[in-house]
Amino acid sequence: MELTLNWFLSLSAVLFTIGVLGVLFRRNVIVVLMSVELMLNAVNLTLVALSQAMGDVSGQILVFFVMSVAAAEAAVGLAIVIAIFRNKLTVDISQINLFKY
Amino acid sequence: MVAPFLFFFLAVVAVAAALGMLLSRNPVSSALWLILNMLCIAGLYITLNASFIGAIQILVYAGAIMVLFLFVIMLLNLSSLPRLQEFDWKKVVGFFLGMVVLAQLVYMLALSLDVVPAAIVAEEAVVTGSARTIAAELFTKHVLAFEVIGILLLVATIGALMLAKRRFT
Repeated sequence: MELTLNWFLSLSAVLFTIGVLGVLFRRNVIVVLMSVELMLNAVNLTLVALSQAMGDVSGQILVFFVMSVAAAEAAVGLAIVIAIFRNKLTVDISQINLFKY
Repeated sequence: MVAPFLFFFLAVVAVAAALGMLLSRNPVSSALWLILNMLCIAGLYITLNASFIGAIQILVYAGAIMVLFLFVIMLLNLSSLPRLQEFDWKKVVGFFLGMVVLAQLVYMLALSLDVVPAAIVAEEAVVTGSARTIAAELFTKHVLAFEVIGILLLVATIGALMLAKRRFT
């Protein structure tokens, strides 16, 4: 059986959807951040598969930058979680409504 | 040519690990499932001959970022708190919206089915994935973006420090 690009794109779509479901379902802020990382990973898989299918290295350079930004995002996001936890003693996303009113 | 068996094995484990992350109630086991998922994706990169990206995936994602997550989970000591009520009425809306996203992605894929069913050929892919080719492109064409990313990481480090610092007031 020939393994084509579409298999990689389908796998990446499924992983992205699981990430979206994690953001929508879960109420623990840390798990929501992990779901965001999963979505970034799915997009990275798409980029690498397309870059290899087209024989162009630019896609993998973009993956490199996405990983750097993901590292920065995880660090700042977790610092915000720590700061909120220190004030409100919760990581429940429905309790964190500082901007609501 | 990528071995189909290896791809399907890694893909099934990756999806199972992602579902494990989604469904497990304990944040620590969520993080461990996500590490397994990222290792599978790293394996997929290596079967795609993108060896440099695969190594970076293991080092940065499965190593550094997930250790940061586990560190924060342990630091917050969540087990002493009352358990969150997961999976409330929002799960219906959330499931519906997630399926809408999946339908959009599958629709786009189905549209492209007759356009690019290109098999991933090893001959040209072997060259593109190595650290040498990536570095040759990265340090010539994208050198400004590379420097900016360095500054971004510095700013993120300082910002995280400022945010998480205990204020003695």
